[in-house]
Amino acid sequence: MTAPVLQVANLCKRFGDFTAVDDVSFSMRPGEILGLLGPNGAGKTTTIHMLLGLITPTAGSIRMFGLDLATHRETILERVNFSSTYISMPQSLTVEENLWVVARLYGMADIARRVDQVLKKLEIEELRQKVTRHLSSGQLTRLTLAKAFLTEPKVLFLDEPTASLDPDIAQKIRALLKEARRSSGISILYTSHNMREMEEMSDRIIFLQRGKIVAEGTARQIADRFGQADLEEVFLKLARESRDA
Amino acid sequence: MKLHRVIALLTRHVYLYRRSLPRIMEIFYWPFLDLVIWGFITLYLARAQSHLPGFVAFFLGALILWDMLFRSHQGITISFLEEVWARNLMNLFASPLKPGEFLAATMLMSIFKVTCVSVVMILCALVFYSYNVLMIGLWLIPFVFNLVLMGWVIGVFTTSLIMRFGQEAEVLAWSMVFLFQPISCVFYPMDILPRWLQPLAMINPAAHIFEGLRAVLNAAGAPGQELLWAFGLNGLLLVAVIMWFYRTFAYCKAHGLLVRVGE
Repeated sequence: MTAPVLQVANLCKRFGDFTAVDDVSFSMRPGEILGLLGPNGAGKTTTIHMLLGLITPTAGSIRMFGLDLATHRETILERVNFSSTYISMPQSLTVEENLWVVARLYGMADIARRVDQVLKKLEIEELRQKVTRHLSSGQLTRLTLAKAFLTEPKVLFLDEPTASLDPDIAQKIRALLKEARRSSGISILYTSHNMREMEEMSDRIIFLQRGKIVAEGTARQIADRFGQADLEEVFLKLARESRDA
Repeated sequence: MKLHRVIALLTRHVYLYRRSLPRIMEIFYWPFLDLVIWGFITLYLARAQSHLPGFVAFFLGALILWDMLFRSHQGITISFLEEVWARNLMNLFASPLKPGEFLAATMLMSIFKVTCVSVVMILCALVFYSYNVLMIGLWLIPFVFNLVLMGWVIGVFTTSLIMRFGQEAEVLAWSMVFLFQPISCVFYPMDILPRWLQPLAMINPAAHIFEGLRAVLNAAGAPGQELLWAFGLNGLLLVAVIMWFYRTFAYCKAHGLLVRVGE
């Protein structure tokens, strides 16, 4: 059996009296697309921030590629990237300039070729010279995805990557992620509020509620466990429970 | 420390500045305006009180050196704020970039800004007032070096505060340095200060540099002792604020503040 690329053990994050992530443990295999699902405030984004080293856990451990994130941050993050609807990139730089800066930050070689490739892959070649400030939200999302793919990561964290995209582009992005997984064996941790997308994309889903894992498995297994028709019904049931609590 | 990551951040600022006229203007506009206004006031006072020898030399020299400190400080704080405004801190600190590399890049940016400002102010002083700041001689080198270091000290301290308290503290990027101006004794000797304030000036490296400047322009001997004080204090303060920065960085990561700066 292949060793997991990501192992999270007993991860906790408390902000004062509030527990955002509560004793969460999971792992991700090479080439796996793992869905992280849950209502707003369930702890998805805090978990991703901890995996990226942006927030220090209160307790627990994070290991990637067999290394502890707390002690091997630099080595690990060279092989990891992320994209989120909630981030931006320097607005006064062109699309191409932003990608060049990222490539230099990660110490990449042959930058011009890589930038060309990724612009083509994300179908934003014509935006190359466009100043980032003038991009639509969908174009900006594609730029942050281009940034994430540019560094050829082994693990990719995507926080609602298709939230601001039209259905056509969103479909293309999903196809691109599947193709990347097939061709390079990249592992992807994925969050979305689109249940159909989660079902389509994820090999396995972790369902978070109030910081705890309440279900884990395929979309079908989770729906069966809660006695619901599909993932969307499970989501609605848990979200309402969470809101009423 | 990886040089390619420091260069990446510098490249990002070069891209930014070459396309942004307001940002370029900001580097040159205030120093130029300072020099013009205070230069003419100085000329007027020098004429009215001709018994004050070297008044122009003191005042304009001090003004130019003070602006170098100010730009050095801004090189650090504005570089950090550029990332806050661009909501780019997450991209940077989720990459292999180390906090020390980030600081190194901002320090290099501050050297770039100080160089630009120095050239403009020295030339303007020469053209408008026939004042040659280079008459300070080789002492100018350690003076400027220490003022740049002092700018870094205030800049790193201010950056830590903005990181800790969020964007609402960004006004400090412009105002913090002026808190140090009265005890830097830029335009007057240290003994003008009230007795209770003098110990504070004594532990301010900039005050020793401006005392040294007056000594040189008065031909009152080499400012060796003042420079020793300035180097010693700057060394201590720089180590202290860098440790403070790392501590604040860790605090912000522990309290989830790093991902919220700029929200």
